[in-house]
Amino acid sequence: MTATATSARSDLTELGRSETALRAFLHGLPGVDQVGAEQRAAQLGTRSIKTTAKAQAIDLAIRMVDLTTLEGADTPGKVRALAAKALRPDPADPTCPHVGAVCVYPAMVPHVAEVLRGSAVHLASVATAFPSGQAPLEVRLADTRAAVAAGADEIDMVINRGAFLAGRYAEVHDEIVAVKEACGDAHLKVILETGELATYDNVRRASWLAMLAGGDFIKTSTGKVPVAATLPVTLVMLEAVRDFRAATGRQVGVKPAGGIKTTKDAIKYLVMVDETVGADWLDPDWFRFGASSLLNDLLMQRTKLTTGVYPGPDYFTLD
Amino acid sequence: MSERVAVRKTYKLFIGGKFPRSESGRSYLVQSTNVSLASRKDARDAVVAARAAVKGWAGATAYNRGQILYRVAEMLEGRREQFVALGVPGDEVDAAVDRWVWYAGWADKLPQVYGGANPVAGPYFNLSAPEPTGVVAVVAPEAPALLGLVGVIAPAIVTGNTVVVAASPTQPLAAVTLAEVLATSDLPGGVVNILTGRIAETAPTLAAHLDVNALDLTGVADAELAAELEVRAAENLKRVLRPAPADHDWTADPGLTRMTRLLETKTVWHPKGV
Repeated sequence: MTATATSARSDLTELGRSETALRAFLHGLPGVDQVGAEQRAAQLGTRSIKTTAKAQAIDLAIRMVDLTTLEGADTPGKVRALAAKALRPDPADPTCPHVGAVCVYPAMVPHVAEVLRGSAVHLASVATAFPSGQAPLEVRLADTRAAVAAGADEIDMVINRGAFLAGRYAEVHDEIVAVKEACGDAHLKVILETGELATYDNVRRASWLAMLAGGDFIKTSTGKVPVAATLPVTLVMLEAVRDFRAATGRQVGVKPAGGIKTTKDAIKYLVMVDETVGADWLDPDWFRFGASSLLNDLLMQRTKLTTGVYPGPDYFTLD
Repeated sequence: MSERVAVRKTYKLFIGGKFPRSESGRSYLVQSTNVSLASRKDARDAVVAARAAVKGWAGATAYNRGQILYRVAEMLEGRREQFVALGVPGDEVDAAVDRWVWYAGWADKLPQVYGGANPVAGPYFNLSAPEPTGVVAVVAPEAPALLGLVGVIAPAIVTGNTVVVAASPTQPLAAVTLAEVLATSDLPGGVVNILTGRIAETAPTLAAHLDVNALDLTGVADAELAAELEVRAAENLKRVLRPAPADHDWTADPGLTRMTRLLETKTVWHPKGV
C-alpha cells in the first residue's frame, strides 16, 4: 500500500471527477492475497481472552452493538421495546452499559426517536431503498431525507452494486456523494454488501470508493443475503481504513453486520481491530457490530462472569 | 501380507449428536484407554445442545418417541459383543436391551395413566396432560456401567425431556459406546449428551445452570456433594431427583417414579355446551 500512502491528499479528492482517474486508481490498488487474508483472520481468531480482559471486551462489545431490527413485521411497539432494551440492556444490572445505536427502517424512526430522546444512544436508519438499492436515485435521496427529518442521526445506505459490478465507479461515487449531502449532519454508513461483491479485490475497491466519496463508516452487509460479515472481509476493510487514514488523515469507521451471534465471534473481531488498525478504532465511534441476537449472548456471558452461574436465554428479552 | 496396523480408538464426548473432544483438550486414562475429560465449558455446550433439541423431541408424537427408543434397543442388541468386550456382563447387556423396550412401551401409555379428565364442579371439561419438564442434568450411577446408565437416560427422554449425562468417571467406555448406539438410532442430535470426566467438575456447573430444569443425583454417592448440588439447584427451583443412596437393584422393576418426577402437568379447562 506504499503507493497510495505516498499519494498527495489533493490527488485523492480530485479522483471522483473523472471516471478514468477513478478506475485507474481503484484498479491500481494492490490485489488482496486471498489465502493470506483468510489465514491471518483465522490466526487472530485463536487468541484466548479470559477473565478481566474478557469482561472489558464484553462491555466494549455491548457499547458497539447497533441493535438492529429490519423485518417486514416490525411494529411501533416492537421497535419501542427494542429501543428500551438499547438504553438498559440488562435491567437487573445498572453497571451494564447501553448499546451504540438502534438501527431500524425509516418508517420506524419516529417511534424509536421518542424513546431515545435525550440519551447517548444513536438512532440509525437504513435508507436508499434498503436492502437492494435498486430504485431511482431521486427515490433513494428522498428516503434518506425522510429518515433524517424523522430524527435519525446515522444513515446506513447501500451502494449501487449493479453499477459497481458493471464497472461504473463514477456513478456509484456520485450517488454516495449525493446521499452524503442529503444526510446533512447525520453520519453516513456505506453498506458494501460484500456477499455480492464476489472477490476481496472488489471489497478493497468498494471500501476505497466509499471512503473517497465521503462515507463516515464502511459496513459489510445488509444481513439480507446468505453471506454476511466474515473475519477476512472485515480484515480487508480494516486495512483499507488504516491505509486511507495514512493517505488522507481522515479516520473512517468499520461496521461488520450480519452473522455475528456469539460473544466468541465478537471478541475475535475486537482482537482483529486491535491488531490491524490499533486502539484508535476500539471505540463505539469507530467500530460497530450490526447485530440483534449477539446482544443476548453478550449479556449471558456478562452475567456468567459476574455471578459465576450460566444463565439461560429465558432470562433475557426476545428481540 | 504385511501385518495390519492397529486402529486405536479415541473415546470422546457426545454433544449435540456429534463426538467432539473436550474443548479443554484434556483426557484421562481408563482401562489403558484415553477418555476425554470434560470441562465446565463442555457442560455449558451440552446444555445449549440439549436445549436446542427440546422443541423437536418434546414435539414429536409419543408414538414416534416410542419407536425411536425401540430402535435403540435393536441397535444395542446388535452391539452386544462390543459391550461384552468392554467387560460388561452379557446378562447386563440383555437386561439393558429389555429396559429400552420396556420404556419404549411407556411412551404413549404414560400420558394415559398419568393424565386424564378431572371431575370438576362446574360446566367445564377439565383435562390434565403430563408434559416434559425440559433439560434434565443427570449424574449417572457408578455401577452397573451399562444398565445403570440406561436406567437413568431412558425414563428421562421417553417423555420428551432431553438430558445431559455426567457418566461414571470409572466406567466411561460403556457410556461412550452407548452414545455410538444412540447416534445410530434415529435419536435426534442433542436429546442425549454424554460427558465423561470428573463429577466434581461438571455436576456443580450443571446444578447451577439456569437453563437446566431438573437434576437427577442418582450417581452422587458423597452426601456432602449431593447437598451442595441441591442448594445450587434451588436457585431456579429445579426438580431434583435424589434417591436413597442404597445399593439400588437396577435389575428390578424400575417403577414409574423416574418418569413421573420429570414431568409438568398441564391442565385445561374447557367450557361445556349447554
